[in-house]
Amino acid sequence: MSMVSPNRTIFQSGFTANKNKRRSISLLFWSIAGILLILVLGIVVLILGTVVYKGLPGLTLTTLMTDTSGIAGGLENAILGTLVLIVASVVLSGVIGVLGGTYIAVFARPGIASVLRFATEVLAGVPSIIIGYFGYTVMVVQWGFGYSLLAAAISLGVLTLPYIVRTTEASLRQVPKTLYEGGLALGLTQEATLRKVMFRPALPGIFTGLLLAISIGLGETAPLLFTAGWSNFNPTLTLVHNPIAYLTYVVWTYSQEPYHAAHQLAYTAGLILVLLLLILNIGVRFLQRGSSQS
Amino acid sequence: MKSSSGFSKFFKVATGIAAGGPILIVLAIIIALLIDSIPVFRFQGFSFFTGMSWDMGNSYSTALTIHGGEKAAFGASFGILPFILGTLLSSLIAIVIAVPVALMTALILVYKVPAPLQRILSPAIELLAGIPSVVYGIWGILVVAPFVQYNLAPVLLHLGTIIPFLGGPIQTGFGLLTAGLVLAVMIIPIVTATTRDLLAQVPKLPMEGAYALGLTSLEGIRFIALPWIRRGLLGAVVLGWGRALGETMAVLMVSGGAANMPTNIYSAVTTMASAIAADLDSAMNDYTNMSVHAITGLALTLLVITLVTNMVARLLVRIGRKSSDMEVQA
Repeated sequence: MSMVSPNRTIFQSGFTANKNKRRSISLLFWSIAGILLILVLGIVVLILGTVVYKGLPGLTLTTLMTDTSGIAGGLENAILGTLVLIVASVVLSGVIGVLGGTYIAVFARPGIASVLRFATEVLAGVPSIIIGYFGYTVMVVQWGFGYSLLAAAISLGVLTLPYIVRTTEASLRQVPKTLYEGGLALGLTQEATLRKVMFRPALPGIFTGLLLAISIGLGETAPLLFTAGWSNFNPTLTLVHNPIAYLTYVVWTYSQEPYHAAHQLAYTAGLILVLLLLILNIGVRFLQRGSSQS
Repeated sequence: MKSSSGFSKFFKVATGIAAGGPILIVLAIIIALLIDSIPVFRFQGFSFFTGMSWDMGNSYSTALTIHGGEKAAFGASFGILPFILGTLLSSLIAIVIAVPVALMTALILVYKVPAPLQRILSPAIELLAGIPSVVYGIWGILVVAPFVQYNLAPVLLHLGTIIPFLGGPIQTGFGLLTAGLVLAVMIIPIVTATTRDLLAQVPKLPMEGAYALGLTSLEGIRFIALPWIRRGLLGAVVLGWGRALGETMAVLMVSGGAANMPTNIYSAVTTMASAIAADLDSAMNDYTNMSVHAITGLALTLLVITLVTNMVARLLVRIGRKSSDMEVQA
């Protein structure tokens, strides 16, 4: 192997026998590491603290239940719009992603599986603004959807698809292949074996992937900028030619306005996003713990 | 039985079609961007990449600038070098800050922090990865930009006599350094988590052997753990870099938004991703459509850069994993 044996490396690098000096260097290193750890944790607290401190004053029932108007008002349309977008996009990417992940994990030959897996990784690496721009040129302009729920949900779905494919595949792979073969040997159809034997143990993992997709979709702005547009009204279920509001838009646009009321709305929208993400995060951890114990 | 096996076949075909989704989408994106950006490459030629001036031209003028058989608004010039530099420099600052911090944080979490505490601290750090980029943007506006303007920059300015890029003027606090700092915080959780997972794969025995030979914990890490995870670590770094390259909203909110070449570390810049988000609205007013083609070219360039970066990263992580697997088996 290319790995050099540790002893040779040590002698090459002028290993000093002075034990006190070596100990104090080690101590110095760990002190710096400790300070950096505290710094990173401090930044976590600082970010959350900033969002709570700035956002909390605006978090009232009126804010939650009023539509935005101009640069003021409430966030009801944005909250509902975000929820509608998330549901629509995760239904799309969930169906395609779970099916696709199943194919890669169960049906595909190894060569094809690695090609498909690679393509999924490539898609995961495409910057979200490019997915948004693609959605704009193709769906909004060429297909004539206009700023709409459909264009926005498909863009978000494309963005979250690779994560669902990946987690579905990984969770199905953890189920021993012998179980699948045993199911087939007992005369079950492929589909029935999958449904009754494979999916049951894989379900928490797949569900974790869906929650991950939801949390990614919740925080994204770039893919929606030129597909969703913006609306001061609550979302309707019209699919095309009907712009839709969403929370991250409020954070981005209203923080650029020179008015205090607009800033307050932006901060509060940020706080709501962070709170929702915290809840999702705890849910994911809970699921992961549950699935690793069983 | 027969009908259900027919359904099985249908199900299998459906999964196959769905699995082809990502590859079709990636191809569709590449093809669409390629076709739509041809006019700007004809108009601008290779100076699209090396030109220092990004100007959509005067869309109120009836005169046109014609070049390479393509029409654009009067005085238009589409050079994306300022955006390329803004992207590379801001992500470079982020990497230079984030990697040492993330590496040392991962090391102390794995080797020194007691397990129960680690189970609380690791998720707390990974929480950073889930925070929306617009929230980072707000934090950047409220906290980081003022910190850079009033606290950090005046200190760094003293170093300006030695390192030219650190010299003034400071301008507003919205610029390269602030964008780099915010990006650093965004990629720290990614690099920390990946490094922590890699360190968990380092076999226990050689480490214990190192301690038994009288090596300090730092020496054990330097001679056993780090060589073991070397490639994977490089992959983690490039993965974080890929994230920084493609980040749009946070950078858009704190980078100052100037399409000029940066003159120092405090200069207002625009990255490629944030330029797409910022300029599409005004590009739509260009009746020659050339500005939109130019933005497509910008998107294509960004896509190629991030895809190459990501592929290199995944390859490195995979090779890193494979070589450590082989070591375990040997």
